[in-house]
Amino acid sequence: MGNILEMRGICKSFGEVQSLTDVDFRVGENEIVGLLGDNGAGKSTLIKIITGFYRPDGGEIYFHGQQVENLTVPKARALGVETVYQERALADLQTLWRNIFLGRELSNRLGFLDIGTMRRETHRLMVEAMEYTSSAVNPDAVIKTFSGGEKQGVAITRALYFHAELVILDEPTMGLSLQETRKLIDFVRSIKSAGKSAIFIDHNVFHVYSVADRVVVLDRGRVAGEFLTKDITLDDLMEKMYRVAQTGSLD
Amino acid sequence: MTARVETPSQGRLWTARVTQHIRKNGLQLGIIGVLFGLWLLFIVGAPDTFLKADIYRALMTSVPYWGVIALPLTMVIIAGDIDLSFISIMAVGMVAFWEVYDITGSLGVAFAGCLTVGFLVGLLNGVIIVGLGIPSLIATIGTQFFWRGVVEVIRGGQGESLVLTKGTILRDSLVGKINGYFPAQAIWMVLIGIAVWMLLNRHKFGAHVYLIGDNENSARLMGVNVGRTRMLLFALVGLAAAFGGVLQSLDVWYFWPNLGEGYLMNTLAAVFLGGTSVFGGTGTILGTFAGCFIIGAIQPGIIAIGLTGYWTKLIYGLIITVSVAMHTILRKRIS
Repeated sequence: MGNILEMRGICKSFGEVQSLTDVDFRVGENEIVGLLGDNGAGKSTLIKIITGFYRPDGGEIYFHGQQVENLTVPKARALGVETVYQERALADLQTLWRNIFLGRELSNRLGFLDIGTMRRETHRLMVEAMEYTSSAVNPDAVIKTFSGGEKQGVAITRALYFHAELVILDEPTMGLSLQETRKLIDFVRSIKSAGKSAIFIDHNVFHVYSVADRVVVLDRGRVAGEFLTKDITLDDLMEKMYRVAQTGSLD
Repeated sequence: MTARVETPSQGRLWTARVTQHIRKNGLQLGIIGVLFGLWLLFIVGAPDTFLKADIYRALMTSVPYWGVIALPLTMVIIAGDIDLSFISIMAVGMVAFWEVYDITGSLGVAFAGCLTVGFLVGLLNGVIIVGLGIPSLIATIGTQFFWRGVVEVIRGGQGESLVLTKGTILRDSLVGKINGYFPAQAIWMVLIGIAVWMLLNRHKFGAHVYLIGDNENSARLMGVNVGRTRMLLFALVGLAAAFGGVLQSLDVWYFWPNLGEGYLMNTLAAVFLGGTSVFGGTGTILGTFAGCFIIGAIQPGIIAIGLTGYWTKLIYGLIITVSVAMHTILRKRIS
């Protein structure tokens, strides 16, 4: 099985703080990778390098075996990476359709917007993907009026629309109700059954364990270890996570 | 992600539509209400003035000088920035106009040179603000003084007569009187208003402007080139400022080196009166357009009603404060 994404020897520091040190990371085709680690382990930094938001200080990045230099956000999106950020990356005062197409507005060659299509597509997506009843969907609604779960739904719908090869979910269950969390876990499974890949980051080991094929544990900017979920029980994984947090070592 | 299951009746659906429309356009409706309210007040208070065409001709003559700048300035403020230097760029543009004319002897080339310099000086604002990360409020206080200083040093305080433009195509098409009566600059202000509206509401550029003002971090995460957009916004204000400077100078037949002084507060007030939020993310071109004519009408209105000029500032202040308070309250209600 080939790799969609492979990273070798990634380093990143912010001033004095060494956030990532010599990290190797890969995502296989049709694989769900869980990324676990305590606060400050470097999870968000790692995924922001994958999405092209941060430049690594050192290391190599390959998509489908091809090395990519100077990865930027538009480049990563063109390569099929879509991200549901922890901070959701929505614009509160703007309408639903503007948020769905944020940074990727449909337009003609001169840059003029195709508002009709964007509105229709927004409506279709919310009905099909998010299972809204048709009359309740209003593409002109302002995001500010949405609940936390609805906002998360918008961020996920946006990731779906652009036919992502690799969906990155950064703490997606934060602030969600139990029912919403369950829908989200179902959504991650649907990525798998659609033949796509995902990186799933969450504080909740149980959530990650239940959907991931493989779990990578980060600790203080280094990869502390990785396990196939079929080879390890949830209890063992929890035990190892505690040990890493205390001693910095898995065993 | 919870599905909103509701099947509203026809009546409720209709009410919802109206409510939604008011929500969407509440701020614009508010400012247009103020415009018509004020107008009615002036008509009742001074029918001899406000039921005759002359006052409207006067407004259409003088408001566009700075109105054409207020329109792109609205976009800068929507993006969460501000520009205080445009009043000096008006004069810098005219210095360039005169210097280029001196060399080439062509008014057309002089006009092109003036607009180019305005654009570049605006762009330089953008480069300083984005490149060095200086807040635009502070940076443009600095450049406002700097460029006024440049004008004074080059001109030595001397103005220039523009009588030589009499009868030229340039003057006639920019500030001529259509049918011997209607001031051409009013048409230009409308055209620029339409162009800026298109850019802001129907173009990618405008979508990014709203986005940057709303949530700059989201814009960056979604791959919007925030720096380039902001720089271009300042350049557009520079371009408009140079154009406004030409309009006024040609119209009064003279370039004064203090050109633009006195327009700062009018222009900013028109934008904020029009409902643009100082916090960025919201604002409309129609609102600014209405705001310009409200600001322009207050002074002649007060005089025509029979109050002395001493009342002008008091009433200015009252209308601006009340309108801005109205916007804030409306905005809270709407959300």
